[in-house]
Parts: sequence; structure tokens; C-alpha cells
Amino acid sequence: MDSRRSSRAVIDPKVRQVGFFTSAPLPPDRTQSDPPDPIRSPPLADASSPGNSLSPVMIPPPRHPSDSLLRLPHSPSDAFPPPSPTTTTTSLGDFSDDVTAASSPPPAAARVRGRGSSVKQQGAASSFPGGGFEVPPSVKAPSSVPASGLTTVSVVKLPPGISVEVQSDRALNSKPLKEKTSKAERRAIQEAQRAAKAAAKAEGIKTPAVTALANAKSAKSTKPSPQRNDSAVVVAASEKKGGDRSVEKDRKKDVPHPRMQYDDKSRVQKLKKRSVVKPTEARNRVELFRHLPQYEHGTQLPVLQSKFFQLDTLHPAVYKVGLQYLSGDICGGNARCIAMLQAFQEAIRDYSTPPAKTLSRDLTAKISSYVSFLIDCRPLSVSMGNAIRFLKSQIAKIPISLSESEAKATLHSDIERFINEKIILADRVIVKHAVTKIRDGDVLLTYGSSSAVEMILQHAHELGKQFRVVIVDSRPKHEGKLLLRRLVRKGLSCTYTHINAISYIMHEVTRVFLGASSVLSNGTVYSRVGTACVAMVAYGFHIPVLVCCEAYKFHERVQLDSICSNELGDPDSISKVPGREDINHLDGWDKSENLQLLNLIYDATPSDYVSLIITDYGMIPPTSVPVIVREYGRGQLWI
Amino acid sequence: MDFQVVVLAGGTSKKLVPLVSKEVPKALLPVANRPVLSYVLEQLELSNIKDLIVVVEGADAALCVGGWISAAYVDRLHVEVATVPEDVGTAGALRAIAHHLTAKDVLVVSGDLVSDVPPGAVTAAHRRHDAVVTAMICSVPVSGLSEAGSSGAKDKTKKPGRYNIIGMDPTKQFLLHIATGAELEKDTRIRKSILRAVGQMDIRADLMDAHMYAFNRSVLQEVLDQKDKFQSLKQDVLPYLVRSQLKSEILINGAPQGQQAKENGNDKVSYRILANASTPSFHELYALGPNGSAPVRRTHKCCVYIASNSKYCVRLNSIQAFMDINRDVIGEANHLSGYNFSAQNNIIHPSAELGSKTTVGPHCMLGEGSQMGDKCSVKRSVIGRHCRIGSNVKVVNSVVMNHVTIGDGCSIQGSVICSNAQLQERVALKDCQVGLGYVVSAGCEYKGESLARKEK
Repeated sequence: MDSRRSSRAVIDPKVRQVGFFTSAPLPPDRTQSDPPDPIRSPPLADASSPGNSLSPVMIPPPRHPSDSLLRLPHSPSDAFPPPSPTTTTTSLGDFSDDVTAASSPPPAAARVRGRGSSVKQQGAASSFPGGGFEVPPSVKAPSSVPASGLTTVSVVKLPPGISVEVQSDRALNSKPLKEKTSKAERRAIQEAQRAAKAAAKAEGIKTPAVTALANAKSAKSTKPSPQRNDSAVVVAASEKKGGDRSVEKDRKKDVPHPRMQYDDKSRVQKLKKRSVVKPTEARNRVELFRHLPQYEHGTQLPVLQSKFFQLDTLHPAVYKVGLQYLSGDICGGNARCIAMLQAFQEAIRDYSTPPAKTLSRDLTAKISSYVSFLIDCRPLSVSMGNAIRFLKSQIAKIPISLSESEAKATLHSDIERFINEKIILADRVIVKHAVTKIRDGDVLLTYGSSSAVEMILQHAHELGKQFRVVIVDSRPKHEGKLLLRRLVRKGLSCTYTHINAISYIMHEVTRVFLGASSVLSNGTVYSRVGTACVAMVAYGFHIPVLVCCEAYKFHERVQLDSICSNELGDPDSISKVPGREDINHLDGWDKSENLQLLNLIYDATPSDYVSLIITDYGMIPPTSVPVIVREYGRGQLWI
Repeated sequence: MDFQVVVLAGGTSKKLVPLVSKEVPKALLPVANRPVLSYVLEQLELSNIKDLIVVVEGADAALCVGGWISAAYVDRLHVEVATVPEDVGTAGALRAIAHHLTAKDVLVVSGDLVSDVPPGAVTAAHRRHDAVVTAMICSVPVSGLSEAGSSGAKDKTKKPGRYNIIGMDPTKQFLLHIATGAELEKDTRIRKSILRAVGQMDIRADLMDAHMYAFNRSVLQEVLDQKDKFQSLKQDVLPYLVRSQLKSEILINGAPQGQQAKENGNDKVSYRILANASTPSFHELYALGPNGSAPVRRTHKCCVYIASNSKYCVRLNSIQAFMDINRDVIGEANHLSGYNFSAQNNIIHPSAELGSKTTVGPHCMLGEGSQMGDKCSVKRSVIGRHCRIGSNVKVVNSVVMNHVTIGDGCSIQGSVICSNAQLQERVALKDCQVGLGYVVSAGCEYKGESLARKEK
């Protein structure tokens, strides 16, 4: 333990520590985190002590995963009790019960049995009038509508063992029944053999894991390598995984993957081969934005719909979420992330490991295929990317000795925990912080519809603060209208205007609250298009701009403009004005060679215009974003 | 995808009486020399649906249909045939096989639908909205009135009962009102509550129900159990679900909208984030009630999928429709037939024999092993297998099924001649239907009649 601490001063050359940073992160597997370590005398020791006042820059030390927000200084622990261990365990037990109940019966036997019993039930339950129908002799129940039997008339020949022969009810006499029981027996035997094999395999793998661990330990003690920071984590991970992944491989993964450039023809071809939804050649692409995935809503939706039954490998819940992304039924970073995670939860619940495969590998591949489907529907947001990374690391960390139902229960609760801690509790903390910035008589301006900002406004209203809200909106989505409707219903006094009037309305505003899709490590706020404009005008009027963003949306990327990475929306939606058929000057624009329409979804607000970023770790200046990314990102907190 | 597919193949429909019989149930009526059921099955197979339940009315018909399917689709589809008694209606048929339905949703397709609309489109719309029922709506086919020489069809198409009145919300995603043929005689009544909730309703009379529905299985079974008077999906179940969509009486145990009370506070928040992020449909707004707090009213969604005009979608439910479909499948919608058309835009089987000076025009089909004499002319017609046609025969706008013998000098216009029928010399038929095995004696002239053997 001590040796590890002392060598921590060596900084990984790849990670440049920019700006204000705390002491090096504690190893995640430390046992006791409460007292400040006497050896290192961390500079933030006083900050982490409870009971100090709310300072604008506040970075508590990384917390142990088992203790939730309770350990945060000035944490609203009394207001929001963290999920107590008892409740989690009970829910866990329930879940695993469900899983076993759902997955246990062998399908063939269950189906036959179920049919036999349900025939009788049906006969008793149905009370269809006019009993003049002839009753087939096989059904003895006194029913007017006979439950008709099925006759299999044509069967797809499958390799033996997979095919589930469905017998007709009429033919269900003693002989096939006997056959079925024998089948069930055979299945039981097979299952037992499989279990034995798996156990043997698990044992066989455990021993090399131990040796690998020993190797890693010895390597660590001999040379204090530059990847010191990583190796602690890596060793811990590889120990749990039971794998022997090399440090090199992990380091390779550290290098950010180059973003897909959609003007690179060969790579686009490659992508087309893989993707489910065949992208068609977009019309009139804007030259500067050719490298972005082009928007083809009109063609994608029907293709995806007609493929409904081809996508057998896809879980219905994932399919539904993808469809909702594509059609725009769900938008907004938090909502998309929650919808995706809940779909994954369902997919994991229905998942069963195929024979001769391990859960961690197969499930990771499965999740990857789901993710690529979702990307086909709409490019991922940063929040979703981070959530997926979390889920994958969680899957990889499942020890191989864990049974399938346990592993699934663990993942289920992990996802639940992510949603609760990273999104919902984070929002609550943000609300707590942000409300302190609202004073009586304030005029608050917000742009678009951000879930965090909405919660802040509502909470401040519930606290009885007297303030007014200006909602600035823009075409073509008019998201602010929905926010306006909800706020007015709550009784807030609101003003609604479009972004054209921003410079006029800014005179009376005292604070600007903005949401964000992501905050990048140079402090750039990546958000709904128009945010940069609002922030810039506010800066010009010397009005503080407060950006509310959960920390799980932070990303280590650096971006200087809105061009190199962005998303394109439906160009038709800016050419058409709903409710005004007379404005049709751009009809048939796609036929004109000289005209390209550009509907950007996001823009990047430079950090100069942002006064404060309110996140679940406190209120920080934009220059401190790299600290959050470094201290809390990279999955350190998820372990 | 957790969908089960049920094909309602019907039995021997009364509307098609001289054409269908005990030996040829409705599902096996030939359209371009293929049973009409094959169009549905092939469309489903194209969508990668391999497991089907085919429901047939009547034991005899079931035997025929089952026999045909097992011969044609062995090794391709996994089809189970269920027999239901005759005249139970579509709802009754589903009631009878209800215990076989286990998946989350059920796709119910009529066996007489000739269409190239992918069924996945309906199911996808269903899933996207978590609907209770999704119906496919297509435009009313332009009947063959403009076509020459089918005057007998006119009075049939003029019947007002054929049309539906369909009301939708402005986004054309939800079904608000549906009135089918029988109700149209009276004034239609529209629910005020629905109209008030939506604010605006598009009422269309040029659309019709294509009889392809995606149902939530538990809801369907519940409705069928509770409302035991319901006979037909189209006239009872669907209007009922549409009517009651804002005051749902269904105990949604599958909870399609996730509106049960959330016990956990965090769940509630995530639910609210999700709900706020999407544009609420009028169902959700209505369910919220006037004060907009927790959902107080139970609703369910009835969705609609409108087949685009470029798609072909017709039901074979009348003799006129039978003629139209036959003409279209070898004519304008010839991609459905699955045949390769020759340069003359027709299909002549290589084993067919043509006499000298015999012409077969475009949009025609001549089946395997058929023989034609000299100086015949065939226009816009389908001729089945192993027919023997004499000399100087004119066949225009007609359907001639298999093993038909036609004598010299016959003239056939706008007629259907069923299998094994025999037309002796110089018979002139116009807009007639000749039943199975009927013999028309020499020199007869008929116009607009239905000729069939007396049932023994």
C-alpha cells in the first residue's frame, strides 16, 4: 500500500494535468477512506471536511462507491436519503427470482404442458353465445366455441435438437407425451453436463488468473513504470476478469478512437456493409459538413420499419428505442440516455448465454451490436457514450464464477444505480446548488428545454422565491413551448420569445441558465444550436451565464468549433413552416444544384462566455472541467 | 421480435359463391394461377416471418388449405392450421385460438389480402407508440369502372356499404374514429370527448381498412373474453377499442404505457424526464387531467399505418375484386406475381401450345400445358393450366381457371370460368360466372349471370 502511494507522484506522461487539480486519485480499492491520509496531506483536506460554506469552486475528493452522496460536503443527505442497502438487496433478490422463474423451464416441454392445460381453461372460460357449433371430439369442456387445435402442416427443417415440433391437440395421446418427457429428461442431463463443464472451466481459469495477478504484482514492484496510474486499476480489473489482458492493450485503448469521417468514401462503404439501416446518398450536401453523418430521415424510417422481422437479433426494447430516436419521439441527452439504459436493462433480463460462450464476452458483443444499431438510428450523444462505456466496463468486470442469473441481477442493479446516481441524484444536487444562485426579483433566461434547468426553476418556485423566467426558443423544434407549458401550469410567471429577440430581451435579464449536451475538457459547452448565441449576447451584456450539466456528460475531448463534430438534422424542417402553407419558397429545393440547406443540431459555446458550470460535484469555473474529467472520469468512480 | 402472426384464411365466403365451393375455399382461389393465400404467405416470408398460424373456417376447407400449404411450403415456413367452425366471425376465430397466443403482440392478417406493404411497417408503428391496436389503412382501390366492358361490375361498386369513414389526428398516427359499411347507413356519431382532446380530426372517406392489425395480445384476449358478443374484428373489436381509447376499461396488465403508480421516487423522476423529453400525444395530455399532476385517467392508443399510394393493397372480398386483382397482378402490379414477363408483357408457359394466327396480348397469362386452337385472341386475361381452347375463341378481361374446355367460336368477356367447366361451341358469355364443373351447352348466350351446378 505504501509503496504504491509513494510512487504516485510519477505522472503518466500522457495525461497532462491542466489547471487546478487535487491530489492524485486514491486507489479505488482502498478500505478506509474517511480520515485524510497522513502521508500525503492533501490540499483539499479542509474542503472535504463537512460544514464549510458553499464556495464557488469545490471539488470534493473522489468518494468510495459504497458510500453515496452522504460523503459529499454540504450534501443534501437529509433531504435525499441514499438508497439504503436493505432496499437494494431486497430488490436484487426479487429480480433474481424473476430471472430464474422466467428462464428455467425448457421450452419444448413447457409449451406442450401449457397448451394442454390452457385448452381446458379456455373451454371453461369462454362463454360465447349461440352454441350451435359442432364440438370436436377432442375437447371435452362444455364450451360453445371449441378451442381449436393446431395442425402443423408444414415445418421448416431445422437441425435436430433445435426444432420444436408442435403437435396437434388431437394427436396428443399417450405416445407423444411419453416422448416429451423423455425429451425433458434428456435436456436435464444435458444441462447437468453443461454445468459440470462450466464449473471445470471456471476452475481451470482461476488458476492462471492468480498467476497473472502474481506476475503483475512482481512487475509492479520491480519497476515503477510510467503507467503507474493505470496499472493499479488494470491489475484490479484483470484480477476480477480472470483474464490476462496486457497493459499494452489497455494503453492502446486510451488513445481516443479517430472519429468517423463521412466524406471518406472507403470507410463509408465499409460502414454501409455493416449497418442495418442502409444509408442512401444524401441530396445537396453542404461542403463544409460532408464529414458528418448525413441526415436521411425520409428514407431511413420506412427501411427500418420494413425490416422489422429481419432484425431477429435485436431486442424489441432496443428496437423501439431506436425507432423513437429516429422519429424524434425522444430527444434530450438525459432522456435518451435513460431510455437506452432501460432498454438495455430489458435486453439483459431476457438474455441468456448461448452454450460454449462466456457471458461477459457474448453480452459485450451483443451490447455492441445494439449500440451500432442505435448509432444507425441517430448518432450517439456524449451522455450515451459515457453510459455505454460504463456498462461495458461493468460487464467486463463480472467474475466468471458468477452464475448467469446473478450476473444479470448485478448488471441490472448497476444500470439502476447509474441512472439513480449519475442522472437523478446528480440533478438533485445541481438543483440544490443552483437554487442558491436565484434571488428574489431575478429575471432568469433559459434557452430551449433543459431538464436540469426545468427542475431548478420548479424547485426555486416551490421554495417561494420571487422571480420571472424568460424562455427563448428557436425554430424548427420549438422545444421551449413544452417547457413553457409545464412552467406556466406550475404557476411561474414566464415570458416567451424567439432567439431573434435575444438582444432586446437581454436588457432585463439578470441570470442565464443553460443546459448542455456535453461539456468538453477545454470548457467548451456543447449544446443545442443557438446556445452559443445566447451565451455570447449575455456575455456582451455582462450577465452571468450558468451552465447546468451532470458530470456524466463531461468528456475529455477538446473541441474548438461546431464544425468538426456535430449532428445534422432534417433539412426539410427548416424549409417548411408548420401552419403556414403560403411560405413555400423553398419547395423543391433539393432539385436545385445551387442550394444546400444546413440544419445543425448542436453548437459549441467557448468557455469565455460561460461564468459557471453547475455540476453534481459543485460549482466550478469552465477551466476546472479537466479536473472533473480527470478525477472522476475514466470509470474511476464506477468501480 | 415477440410477435405472433395469425392469418385468417376464412372459409367458403358467401359473397364469392359461384367461384368458391367445398373443393375450392376462398383462400385457394387462383390469382394469376396461384392461390390468393400464397400472396400473403409470401409477403410474410419475405419479411422473415417463419412461424404462422393459419385459421380456416370449416373442416373441409381446413383440410384443403392445410394440404396445399404442406405441399407448397414444406421446408420454407412453419405453418400451423387451426380449424374453427363456420360463421364464428373473425373475432370468434381469434377467440378459438386464443390459447395458442403467447407473444406480446399479435399480427392478424386477412388471408385474402393482396398487397406489397411490408407487415413490418405496421408492427413497427405499433411498437413505436406502444399501441393497443394498430390498423393498416390503404386507399380505396379504383375499381375497374374505366376499363371497357365490365358493366356488370358497376352496380356492385356503387353499393355505399363498401366504404369506411376513418378519422385520424392531424399527424395521421392515431385512429380516432372508424365506421364501417353497415354503420354508414345511419349518421355517424363521433365522440365529443375524443374530439375535444385532440382538437382537430381528419375525416377521410377515401381510405379503407386493409384488415391487417397488430394487437396487444393481452388486451385482445381481454376484450374477446369480456365482450362475448363481438363477432368481427373490423366491425366490433376495432371500433370498440377506438371508441373507448380515452376512457379505457381495459386492465392493462402488460401496461403498455407504464402508467401504473411508481412506488419509487427515483423511478418517478426518470419517468418524468422521459415524458418531458418527448412531445406528448393527446392521450398523455388527456390522461394527465386538468391540473397536470399524476395521471388520473386511463387511456390507450389506437394507431394507424397508412399504406402509401405507390403500394398495392387490395382485398379479395368480392367477385369484382377478384377480377380486378387478377388483372392488376398481371398488369400494373406485376411485381407481386413473381413471374417473369416476356417482351410482350405477358406470360406464356413454354409448354402451352398456340395455334396459327392466335394472338395473346399484353397483360395476359397462359398456364402450363394449355392448348389453343387457331385464330384465337386473348386480351387482359388469365388462363389456367391444362385448358383446351378451340378455334376462333375470344377471351377478353376474363379469368379462366384450370382444366377448362372451351369449344370453337366462343366469346368470353369479363367472366370467370371455374375449373373443370366446359363451354360447348359458340357460347357467348358476358360478365358471367361459371361455377365449378358446370357445362354450358352449345350456342347459349348469357349476360351478367351466375351459372353453377345445383348443390346436391
